[in-house]
Amino acid sequence: MHTVLAHQGTLWHGFLLTLELTVLGYVGALVLGTVAAICRVSPVAPLRVFGGVYVEAFRNVPLLALLLLFVFGLPDVGLTVSYFKSAAICLALSAGAFVCEAMRSGINSIGLGQAEAARAIGLSFSQSLRHVVLPQAFRSMVQPLVNVFIGVALGSALAAAVGVDELTRQTQFLNLQYAVGAPSFLAAGVLYFALAVGGGAVGGYLERRVKVHR
Amino acid sequence: MSSVNRVLFDPPGPRARRRIAVATVVSLALIALLIVLALIQFGRNGQLAADRWTPFTHWPYVHFLLQGLLGTLKVTAMAGVFAFPVGAGLALLRVSTNPLLRWPATVFIEVFRSVPLLLLVYAFLLALPRYGVNPALFWKLTIPIVIVNSALLAEVFRAGINAVPRGQAEAGSAIGLRYHQVMRIVVVPQAIRIVVPALVTQFVSLLKDSTLGYVVGYPELMKQGQNLTVYTHLLVQTFLIVTLVYVLLNYLLGVVARALEARINARPRARAVAAAEPGEAAPGALVR
Repeated sequence: MHTVLAHQGTLWHGFLLTLELTVLGYVGALVLGTVAAICRVSPVAPLRVFGGVYVEAFRNVPLLALLLLFVFGLPDVGLTVSYFKSAAICLALSAGAFVCEAMRSGINSIGLGQAEAARAIGLSFSQSLRHVVLPQAFRSMVQPLVNVFIGVALGSALAAAVGVDELTRQTQFLNLQYAVGAPSFLAAGVLYFALAVGGGAVGGYLERRVKVHR
Repeated sequence: MSSVNRVLFDPPGPRARRRIAVATVVSLALIALLIVLALIQFGRNGQLAADRWTPFTHWPYVHFLLQGLLGTLKVTAMAGVFAFPVGAGLALLRVSTNPLLRWPATVFIEVFRSVPLLLLVYAFLLALPRYGVNPALFWKLTIPIVIVNSALLAEVFRAGINAVPRGQAEAGSAIGLRYHQVMRIVVVPQAIRIVVPALVTQFVSLLKDSTLGYVVGYPELMKQGQNLTVYTHLLVQTFLIVTLVYVLLNYLLGVVARALEARINARPRARAVAAAEPGEAAPGALVR
């Protein structure tokens, strides 16, 4: 136990990297997911197919397979990116597919009548999106988006397998160097638990903020 | 391919049809450009050469990867055999009225839903052997998968149990059934029928978890692919093919899930219950 406390700097450094990966991956996923959702709901058929292929592909790819493909495969085609950037990109790509599906189901959940009424009173496309569709869609999107955040936070641990010095890898390193045993894993587990529960708490707060009070 | 989203768009008039036609051509051109650029990048580094791809048509290579696939299926099946019943049991404990049963189950579920699988695998590899817990390599991979997925499955089952209308349980007690009989005869069968698609999704997640054999050293598909690259140095080809196999497998499972969902929704009574369906109920199950 005291070994873990003596080397807690390593763990905190790893946790910082985990946080960075999580935030970068999640923001990237939101961006990619929004673009993909726009593609999937657009009336342009090639964009719908493109979005559909993206979602189906990246929902069904194991994150570790994607990471290994990026880290070990891409240098073969001339693209050498740092481990951290590859991990962030893979997390964003993978989670973006789930974000896209969450957004699409949010948009489809608001009921045809709302959108038709918005068009009937003369709102333009962007106006009806801003005032009618998206506020209501967001309400049902919050919970799935929080789930994706937790998925990204826990998925960032896989970056340890490709060389990123985040929390899981630091724990593994401590065990290989100093054989600290269970306390290091308990400490790392507590930190991940705090991250996941924190994300859930933020999500709960957002859900209450946007809830319809009847 | 999905049809046009009717929530956002009315049927297009002449001007909209022209705009859509233009956008179709432009987007087709852009997508084709992307694909061509990717192929050029591959070709410029010699990755399109036939001799880098043809080895995968020879039986020894295919056989090597198939052995990995067999390992993947073994891990997935064994993990599924344990995770589903344990998850169902945990869910029943979690909804129990007895706090002595409920609290340990809640703690287990909340803890193992919030911890990454890789951390548990490393714990089994590096920490637990010091305390005498040293199972075989296969189990060092399978047991953490079972632990994490049973927690996630417990949440799926619990969402299903909560989605069964309360009137069902109340009617069960009204006709004189005791709690465990109400659960067994009335609630659980309906709950399972509601969450079957989510269960298949979670099973897909379980299959994706098996790729952690790469970390453990157990020869499932990911690890076999990596072993192959050590000998052949055909990195991008091997990993691309392995990734495609996973996508294909999981896509087929997704097709099964959608077919099951369609079969359930085809029955009027079940459709009313399924309308209360929880959907993607399990956080942390997604990105793995």
